[in-house]
Amino acid sequence: MMSTETTIEIEVNGDVKRVPDGTTLADLLKDLRVEQQPVAVELNRTVLKSSGFERLLRAGDRLEIVTFVGGG
Amino acid sequence: MIADEPLVVGRHSFRSRLFLGTGKYPTFEIMREALEVSGTECVTVALRRVALGGGQSLLDFIDRKRYVLLPNTAGCYTAQDAIRTALLAREAAMSDLLKLEVLGDRLTLLPDPVETLTATRALVKEGLTVLAYTSDDPVVAMRLQDAGAAVVMPLGSPIGSGQGINNPRNILLIKNSLSVPVIVDAGVGTASDVSIAFELGVDGVLLNTGVALARDPILMAKAMRLAAESGRAAFLAGRIPVREYASPSSPEAGKIEAAGNR
Repeated sequence: MMSTETTIEIEVNGDVKRVPDGTTLADLLKDLRVEQQPVAVELNRTVLKSSGFERLLRAGDRLEIVTFVGGG
Repeated sequence: MIADEPLVVGRHSFRSRLFLGTGKYPTFEIMREALEVSGTECVTVALRRVALGGGQSLLDFIDRKRYVLLPNTAGCYTAQDAIRTALLAREAAMSDLLKLEVLGDRLTLLPDPVETLTATRALVKEGLTVLAYTSDDPVVAMRLQDAGAAVVMPLGSPIGSGQGINNPRNILLIKNSLSVPVIVDAGVGTASDVSIAFELGVDGVLLNTGVALARDPILMAKAMRLAAESGRAAFLAGRIPVREYASPSSPEAGKIEAAGNR
């Protein structure tokens, strides 16, 4: 049986990923299990404020999700 | 006795003048203890793509009530990349502090002063408090101050080299010609390097590898703390001038007659 759920294709940190249509950025962060860390997100080359995380993802969106690692 | 003042950077005030990096420690636990023993109040962190799927995070080991995060733009080779990284770092850290690092050469990891200057101007305009990592060139240091850098951070020697302070005279020139704080960043190999930097009068020292890759990072962190305290105290106390010839510490007058000699 065919799923009624449609998916869209996005790019996350250089990898192509399919997510259900209607997914918000906040949903995606939860799904990737990174929502507990301080992350910053660049969407189509624009840095988002965390208030922008409720935005619905669209097909073709390119995301960079970054966090802090050890460094000098 | 002269009392030291806190080091003020933007809206932050630090009692410890030692800044520590968080890279290259054998474990997060050792890093946490080394930071604690060092007495630092401000630690640098790098920004990278998040590991998808979760797992242990650096920030689980850094108490943000205790340490101010200083995100860096390490690994950037153009002003454009550094600006992009800096704006992301501001959102992730929710802080205006930034260690700007734009490198010019992959072998020596020496800073690119031209790109650093361009990025400093842009990021100051964005409202960031820029701590600019740079070479030990006094004229470049002045240009960075003019561009609005809150702190100028000349290298002691190349990143991770452990060579110490290669050009103390330039560091001194930089310190004496700037009004913004000067923090020596990079090259520290051992405790005496930290003392030398502070004895020159600089406002702070930032180091990472010297502690992280020491045989015992925690003990080295202690050594660095003591060296910072003693070097800073020696600077504030005011060292004696260097003389060409000896100067006796005991009085010449009232000596008993020398036997045998005249």
